[in-house]
Amino acid sequence: MDNEYILEMKGITKQFSNVEVLHQVDFKIKKGEVHALMGENGAGKSTLIKILTGVYTKDAGQVFFNGEEIHPSSTLEAQQLGISPIYQEISLIPQLSVAENIFISREIKKKGFIDWKEIYKKAEEILKDLGINIDVRKPLRSYGTAIQQMVAIARSIMINSKMVIMDEATSSLDDDEVQILFNIIRKLKSQGISILFISHRLPEIFEISDSITILKDGSLVGEYPTSSLSRTELVSKMIGRNAEDVVNYKRTNRQIKDEYYLRAKSIKSGVKLRGINLDIRKGEVVGLAGLLGAGRTELARVLFGIDHKDSGSIEINGKEISFKLPREAIKYGIAFCSEDRKVEGIIPNMTVAENLCITNMKKVSYFGVINKRKCSSIAEEFVKKLRIKTPSIAQNIKNLSGGNQQKVILARWLSMEPDFIILDEPTRGIDVGAKKEIEDLIRQMSSQGISILLISSEFEELVRNCDRIVVLRDGMNAGILDGNDISEDKIMNLIANGNMAVGGN
Amino acid sequence: MDQIKKLQAGELFRKYGALIVLIIMLLINAVITPNFVHINTMWNVLIQAFCVLVISMGMTFVIATGGIDISVGSTMAISSIIFAKLLIEMECSFFVSILAALLAACIFGAFNGVLIGVFNFQPIVATLILMISGRGIAQQFNNGAVISFYGNKYSDIGTYRIGGLVPIQVIIVILIIAIALFLAKNTTFGLYVQSIGDNSTASKLVGIRTTAIIVMTYILCAFLAGFAASLETLRICSADPNNIGNNMELDCIAAVAIGGTPMSGGKTIIWGTVVGALVMQLITTMMNMNNIFYAYALVIKSAIIIIALYLQKEKTQ
Repeated sequence: MDNEYILEMKGITKQFSNVEVLHQVDFKIKKGEVHALMGENGAGKSTLIKILTGVYTKDAGQVFFNGEEIHPSSTLEAQQLGISPIYQEISLIPQLSVAENIFISREIKKKGFIDWKEIYKKAEEILKDLGINIDVRKPLRSYGTAIQQMVAIARSIMINSKMVIMDEATSSLDDDEVQILFNIIRKLKSQGISILFISHRLPEIFEISDSITILKDGSLVGEYPTSSLSRTELVSKMIGRNAEDVVNYKRTNRQIKDEYYLRAKSIKSGVKLRGINLDIRKGEVVGLAGLLGAGRTELARVLFGIDHKDSGSIEINGKEISFKLPREAIKYGIAFCSEDRKVEGIIPNMTVAENLCITNMKKVSYFGVINKRKCSSIAEEFVKKLRIKTPSIAQNIKNLSGGNQQKVILARWLSMEPDFIILDEPTRGIDVGAKKEIEDLIRQMSSQGISILLISSEFEELVRNCDRIVVLRDGMNAGILDGNDISEDKIMNLIANGNMAVGGN
Repeated sequence: MDQIKKLQAGELFRKYGALIVLIIMLLINAVITPNFVHINTMWNVLIQAFCVLVISMGMTFVIATGGIDISVGSTMAISSIIFAKLLIEMECSFFVSILAALLAACIFGAFNGVLIGVFNFQPIVATLILMISGRGIAQQFNNGAVISFYGNKYSDIGTYRIGGLVPIQVIIVILIIAIALFLAKNTTFGLYVQSIGDNSTASKLVGIRTTAIIVMTYILCAFLAGFAASLETLRICSADPNNIGNNMELDCIAAVAIGGTPMSGGKTIIWGTVVGALVMQLITTMMNMNNIFYAYALVIKSAIIIIALYLQKEKTQ
């Protein structure tokens, strides 16, 4: 075996109930390199990784790790070999303390009993190494997603691994946290540890990776040094068509009538919202920018009646309202597409049709009895309209790729013909192709007169799609950008420096 | 689409495991049990399974929301004694008596539902309260004494056979299964129940009245317990608050589990529960008719349950 490689996968093939999801895939990672695995949702990335980490067994092919052929049959076995996955969904135990999470299943023992003192000390050291100072005795759930992610990384470092797999590890981090993570990656790299990095955020790939392997529809497209690819080339290879129009879409300024749909004034709620103003006109796409914790999602939750405001007023179409429950907001024609698709969006074991019609039962039922034919025809209509890729509308939604699940959720809200849609990170964790389709949909909806509040951590996305951008900072307005003022630089500037240059509230 | 054509053996078992066990048991019994292949034996199996069948329909909905109701036995005791007290001792009309019994059951069901849906008690703890207190309450109604009414004008209703052939319980149970199937498959209630069990956060966000639906499932379950108890009281012509519905919660939960409804919620598999309840009863009947010692019977019962559950366990990839 060539010793240059820590991992070599050869001719990997995998079928699920007669559908080939991986076809003869070769995949190699050098020692001490950051290797990005790219591909649209459904290209086979997750399956390949699950084979590598022992979650699935391959149907054909060989896996060599550190020069030896391996056949991991469980994640534990893979970890013992030195392969540590950090998954898209953080797989830690929220009720346990930070230290317990780091050391679970490999507790330090003294005379057969767990040596807590040592565990707390070690846990603190490991986290300090990563630049994080937190109380390791507190339960994990008392910290935010970013910290939880770091704990997951700390855990895998602790295992003394030779290769760390980061599957969308940055998807819930803000820019600063991503930089902390990248520093950690560079540190690991300098210690000769290889990183398998998966992310939908292209700038991250170009910043951190050394080489890129691209999959498409379960087959290998090729392996490239990162420096040899341009962003457009990468996207083109991933989606197999020219991606110029995805990456280079230019915004256009639209004329919006001065007719307000929603006016929220000095909304306060808890410590997160400290007096926010927000106006949305009919058919307008308003972006909400800000760092994690700036109050974006919190504001959306108040508008939709999930959380409640302490003070301030919300007017819709000139009438003051106050929703106690989401169902009241829904009755008012408001839709909310949550950022956490898994937890707050899909109903996993129900079909595409059921997921699609569930907000709209009034329309498809009569005295509580569902008209299944009507439900199916609505589902078929939206599957066609939004080009949702699913074998049939009777498929369980959990079997769809992330982008297609998101489309079903969007269809769910569109089918109730809303006046106002709140989209919280609608393109998070979905591939470039689906992302473009969802952005197209946003424009379509607004041209039909639907008002939209778009929350996104990706400035490009906001710049491309919004008529106006409201920037939040620390639960307050930091400024508003309008028309030609809208640019990534200006958003960044407002987040960093607040409202000095641009006249706003 | 090939996947549908090629239902592999494993998938077949997973989908129809309980049914396969039921068929095998029928075949074994047909061979080894004397007098098994006789219409009266079949009627008897169904009559004996009546309470479990009826109540486990409600239990399926409760479990589908991710809950559980271990108070159905005690609810039966309360309804049974109220029914007999009013009908026999206070000589109320049949209609009033059964209405009171059902109403009482619904009130206790609502009590469970409110504890769980509104106050977020854990279902097993919330219904444990009524499981413990329910029998005490039932005994208070008649100072712990049994009410019997053999030779009374009502004592033939429970053994009535339609056309002199089909026991009344069989007709009723078929009706109730049909209604449960309809509820599960064709109504918004059935859809919401599964949706809440599958993802309660998302269900709230799509505007489902999750609390109301949860309360309704517990009322439904208790209502069916009260209904089964009233009919059972009529059949055996006595209301014994100490014994009626003993272990009923366990039999019902077992029936639901054998039927393949996951304990974590999200699915209502009504047919599975029907098969599960029949499997449970067939085992008992088989043991009785073959004079197998009761203690062994329990062990064999467990073994058959394990087999049924193993067959339909989710295949790992």
